[in-house]
Amino acid sequence: MAGIKTGKEMSIIEARHVVKRFGQFTAVDDVSFAVERGEFFALLGPNGAGKTSTIRMIYGFSPLTAGRMEIFGLDIGSEWRKIRSRLGVCQQENTLDPDLTVAQNLFIYSRYFEMDKAVARRRAEELLEFFALTGKRGAKVMELSGGLAKRLQLARALMAEPELLILDEPTTGLDPQSRHQVWDRLFELKKRGLSMVLTTHYMDEAENLCDRLLIMDHGRIIAEGRPQDLIIAHAAESVIEIDGPSAELRNYVKQHAVEHDDLGERLIIYAEPRGELESQVREKFCVESCRFRAGNLEDVFLRLTGRGLRE
Amino acid sequence: MSRVHLTDISLRFRHIWFRNLITYHRIWKVNFLVPLLEPAFYILAFGLGFSGLVGRVSYAGMQLEYTRFMAPALVATACMWNSFFETTYTSFVRMYYQKTFDGILATPVSVEEIIIAEIVWAASKAMAAVAVMLAVLIPIGYANFPGALLCIPLAFMGGLAFASIGMFFTGIVPTIDMFNLPIFLFITPMFLFSGTFFPVSGIPDWAGICSLAFPLYHMVELTRFLCIGAIESQPAFNLAYLLLFTMIFGYLALGAMKRRLIK
Repeated sequence: MAGIKTGKEMSIIEARHVVKRFGQFTAVDDVSFAVERGEFFALLGPNGAGKTSTIRMIYGFSPLTAGRMEIFGLDIGSEWRKIRSRLGVCQQENTLDPDLTVAQNLFIYSRYFEMDKAVARRRAEELLEFFALTGKRGAKVMELSGGLAKRLQLARALMAEPELLILDEPTTGLDPQSRHQVWDRLFELKKRGLSMVLTTHYMDEAENLCDRLLIMDHGRIIAEGRPQDLIIAHAAESVIEIDGPSAELRNYVKQHAVEHDDLGERLIIYAEPRGELESQVREKFCVESCRFRAGNLEDVFLRLTGRGLRE
Repeated sequence: MSRVHLTDISLRFRHIWFRNLITYHRIWKVNFLVPLLEPAFYILAFGLGFSGLVGRVSYAGMQLEYTRFMAPALVATACMWNSFFETTYTSFVRMYYQKTFDGILATPVSVEEIIIAEIVWAASKAMAAVAVMLAVLIPIGYANFPGALLCIPLAFMGGLAFASIGMFFTGIVPTIDMFNLPIFLFITPMFLFSGTFFPVSGIPDWAGICSLAFPLYHMVELTRFLCIGAIESQPAFNLAYLLLFTMIFGYLALGAMKRRLIK
């Protein structure tokens, strides 16, 4: 019964108590979340946090060990083919077909979706234009730079006009120009109302693009919310970084029970913007090296997942 | 969870077959040179160098010139090499280095369909190679016309058998160099002891019985039957064996590849 909605708009993704184990290792440990239609949602976490495993369960690449995953209200285990025909995936690794040209990559991909051939040709032209690849139509995939290859992978993911786009680290390894190129396109797609799920470990990427996100570590969700809300809840709107903090400053911070992180060579103070604390610190302790800046998602991320080296 | 789901197999596999055809299209000229020249080389070499030593071969109650005896076996071995190499080295490259299958697994295509497509594609390639070979063997009188033309559909059938076991090895070898092992332990003895270069009836019984297990033996018997009308076994039995071999190793290949691809 198309068009009929029951009460609340149905979630586009609904993960309930999802578990993924590889032998003894638990990659995803009882994770539940929902993504609404039209939302740009991000999964953040250090390497090995379980982001890619989660993403792979969304598009039915990896079977779930336990729990339930529903996409478009359909179960991924039994309705994977229907689900996959309605979503686009831009995988982390380059899975473009090196034996084919740029245009052939798009066309052959459309065959897997059994798209009408004339429609697919038109769609391929539109996407080549949208991603500024028209001039490269006949090029071999091997000859493309990292940025161009990623744009082609995005174009390919959009071939079948998906309702949901899944992006697994779409800008990892790209130069700043290419990253911004990709971001511009994603912004444009967001404006058109496409639902997207992104994994990344670039905090600025998540902060700029996403409506809502969750932070994972060791296979579990450790925080969830809108970027700005998370910054206020787990860091602060305003941050002061002081290099080589004096003993006096340390005392002051302890006495006044100021929210802070002591990194030895550097002290980070989490404050209210233009508040009393900020001006106190500025007057008393900021003789030389103090940096006043807005709190960001990186602060949240590091506070929640720790600053130690991993692996 | 990586159990084989036969219900996940639909005709969608043909799109991957088509993908392989497109990429093959770029290199077909080079690829066709091999089946075109291979029989010529063999017949020349064996005809010039060997027939003086061997004389005639008695096979199925006939006295055959050595090259006439051996030529149909070349059709069968070409079928084997073409399909086996396609689902071992070539599929491994697509799977492991090019990540082509990972890309396809984000579309409404199942793992089972990918594997079936690879096997069917390899058999198609074997069929094309055999067709080219016949274009050489028929005019020079080494294969009967038009009976030998049936070797073309037969090559597809045999191709499925060799491609299936090749795909099974691709599902279990840790690295691409390890294909040496099945080639050395399985393909090479099969190549030599399947009635290709000498009749199985001439070797000790125990060795002859071992040969019966090789799919190539059955292929050679059938191609010889179609090319020169001589056979020492039952064509229906040969066909049945190839079919059974394909079904068993096709299923094992699906299981092994699924375990390998699905994480």
